[in-house]
Amino acid sequence: MRFIPLAAPSTTRAGLVTLASVAVALALCALIFVFYGVSPAEVYSTMLRGTLGDSTGLAEVGRRTIPLLLIGSGLAIAFRAQFFNIGGEGQLLLGAVFAAGTALFVPLPGPILLPAVFIMGAVGGGLWALIAALLRRLNVNEILSTLMLNYIAVALVTYLIAGPWKGKDVRGYIYTDSFPDAANLPVIAGTQVHWPTLVLGVAVALGLQWLLSRSTFGYALRVVGENPGAARYAGISSARVMTIVALITGGAAGLAGAGEVAGIHHRLLEAGQISLGYGFTAVIVAWLARGNPALCLITAPVMGVILAGGDILKIDLNMPFRVVDVFSGVILLCLIASEVFVRNRVVWGARA
Amino acid sequence: MTQPQPNSSPPALELRGITKRFPGVVANDGVDLTVAAGEVLALLGENGAGKSTLISILYGLYQPDEGTVQLGGQTVRIGSPAEAKKLGIGLVPQHPLLVSRHSVAENLALGGGSGLFPARGVAGRVRELSEKYGLEVGPTARVSDLSPGEKQRVEIIRALLGGARVLILDEPTSVLTPQEASGLFRVMRELRADGRSLIFISHKLDEVLDVADRVTVLRRGKVVGGVPTAGATRESLAELMVGRGVDFTRKRGAAPANREVLLDVQNLTASGSRGLPALRSVGFTLGRGEVLGVAGIAGNGQSELVEVLAGLHPARGTVTLDGQPLTGGAAERFQGGVAHIPEDRIHSGTVPSMTVADNLALRGYDRFPLARGLARDLKATDERARQDVEQYSVATPGIHTHSRLLSGGNIQKLILARELHGNPRLILAVHPTYGLDIGATDQVHRVLLERTNEGAGVLLVSEDLDELLSLSDRIGVMVGGELRGPFPVGEVTRESLGLLMGGAHPHSVPGADQGVGA
Repeated sequence: MRFIPLAAPSTTRAGLVTLASVAVALALCALIFVFYGVSPAEVYSTMLRGTLGDSTGLAEVGRRTIPLLLIGSGLAIAFRAQFFNIGGEGQLLLGAVFAAGTALFVPLPGPILLPAVFIMGAVGGGLWALIAALLRRLNVNEILSTLMLNYIAVALVTYLIAGPWKGKDVRGYIYTDSFPDAANLPVIAGTQVHWPTLVLGVAVALGLQWLLSRSTFGYALRVVGENPGAARYAGISSARVMTIVALITGGAAGLAGAGEVAGIHHRLLEAGQISLGYGFTAVIVAWLARGNPALCLITAPVMGVILAGGDILKIDLNMPFRVVDVFSGVILLCLIASEVFVRNRVVWGARA
Repeated sequence: MTQPQPNSSPPALELRGITKRFPGVVANDGVDLTVAAGEVLALLGENGAGKSTLISILYGLYQPDEGTVQLGGQTVRIGSPAEAKKLGIGLVPQHPLLVSRHSVAENLALGGGSGLFPARGVAGRVRELSEKYGLEVGPTARVSDLSPGEKQRVEIIRALLGGARVLILDEPTSVLTPQEASGLFRVMRELRADGRSLIFISHKLDEVLDVADRVTVLRRGKVVGGVPTAGATRESLAELMVGRGVDFTRKRGAAPANREVLLDVQNLTASGSRGLPALRSVGFTLGRGEVLGVAGIAGNGQSELVEVLAGLHPARGTVTLDGQPLTGGAAERFQGGVAHIPEDRIHSGTVPSMTVADNLALRGYDRFPLARGLARDLKATDERARQDVEQYSVATPGIHTHSRLLSGGNIQKLILARELHGNPRLILAVHPTYGLDIGATDQVHRVLLERTNEGAGVLLVSEDLDELLSLSDRIGVMVGGELRGPFPVGEVTRESLGLLMGGAHPHSVPGADQGVGA
């Protein structure tokens, strides 16, 4: 078997390969379920019934889709610029911190409190990613720096909720007081789907798609990502593009963090409760969308189904919670491995 | 060219009809080459003549599209560097690939040793080989303490440990002092006496004459000559290397006297990528409508000179264009009338994964008419692309085709179309016709000359002396970061330029001692 490089991989080919790699991933997971001693058919049917089959399940999918859509769209932009942001988790947390700080401690009149909460969330996430962009100028790899900043963000949240921001009436628990009512997002009745954040997510995905394909900045971003040599030649500053990209991708994750605290928890609490690994799962969302923010409108719900489905498996089939990570991990591996099939034609046999 | 030699055993290595194509360029075109046992063959050629591709094929990094490789008369397929080693082909890379914190023996054991403490077994063999060939490398020395020459000898030992019968030395002297180089040549002679075959890559003519038995010259991917070094001279080799051009007739009339000064460069000094001086007080003027040729062997400061003028490289000194100081970054200078046809059309001149239309928008994508505010005007971008493609007859399936699918000539036409848009005053053209066929070369030349008729000045950097002589009004030579000349084109010849490029002083070169500075 040999690989012959394709001069211009088509969009159709990329789409088909992506679907095929998801299929392979599901088959591999099926194998794992067999070894675990459950029937894969039962697992998959339980997942589908529990997520897409009833309104409670759909609401759970929707709740998880919101942060995935926001973070994934931002990551799609970052990956196109070859800025490998693995720190969506930390940026989400910083967004949550800034949002919570605004909601709790800034006395703003009701109607402008929520917009301020979101804006400050975006600022928090953006600044957190900006650290990695600035470090990159000193040749610090952003994969490492964004990843490490996740842990610092977790520690910062823990410090705040156990220390200076610890609520007055919470006794032994570590979290802040509840937000004032004006800082709480409306939800679809009977669910935890904070629809304003969902609307925001759709707008961000479409807006970033426009930015990428229609704006002058998107053009510069693609040149920097696809040929840094040409960017230098044409006088496009890679450092400036990276800075803006970091602010966008971090800002989108920060919005997600603001949405989680203002829409669901109404307070700042432990990192593990604010985010169910959204920052990492969103990497798959962006990768599945092959760097197109608008396609995250499809891929984010897909991963939302898997996240929500994992919970169903835990409850209905008594499977360990980590089953979700198995799914995510296998899908990501298959996606990355499938890249070679997008860029190359496969020829069977020894020699042409 | 490679007749089987009667009355002798087959050559140690024989290449026949090796062809290797890359998108946009034929790197090797039917290359034939032989090396006998106990022979040093020099592979001579300009940058990009196809030497590196040929070596990569020999070392199993690339597969040829056509042609065969024979070792000792047997046709072999070299699928990987590991297979190359197994077949007895060793490569001494230009820049040694060693772990600097480890000892020599530990480095050599890497990938080659066996057992629990592979370095111990290797140490004995290292001493043995070192003595036999006068390599003078101690197995226990730490690599970080070694000089470049010693590191290179470690690489030679590595190849010999692997049982190499054919040894390829890729520009081995580029990192060496003259003394170290002569030490290397002694080692090479020892290896030759031992019956090994050596392929020596260089573009330093003296070294080639000194150490090689035969020379094979590559030009634009083809073998253009093969001669024994006995009886060859620097001049004859230089002539082979630069070759007789596509069109040697002069394409320009005599230069008018007293041109208006367009570009004035004074005392330009710049550092290269390794902090070494790349430009040393370079000064010249370029007149309106003039073509100033810059000759020189690669790495003597030509690239830096162009990058400085294009706003891509910092420098000290003064540069004025039409009397105004030339400042700012690359984009700003382009808007100010400085076009740049870059040395590397794939890696900096275009974005291969973008469409022809997007590539044509690389300059001016963010301003009217290609953009309105923050939004690109895709209609205007397409319209501009259609015009450019037609005007410069770029052969492309469409304006939304990825530029990587275009041939080298058409990519170059695309770059010309983009750079010459908006009538630049100064055109910096680096190897503008390298790798192009005759038709495309002619078109590029014609377009550049048309622009000079309209008053633009062209700084033409080329390694092709024929091109320089047929287009330039004056020619300067870059040597070690200094500009010799420029000399009016009537006062220099291929031979005198060749000598100047080799570092000869202008006073000792006939015809070049009258050189005027401006």
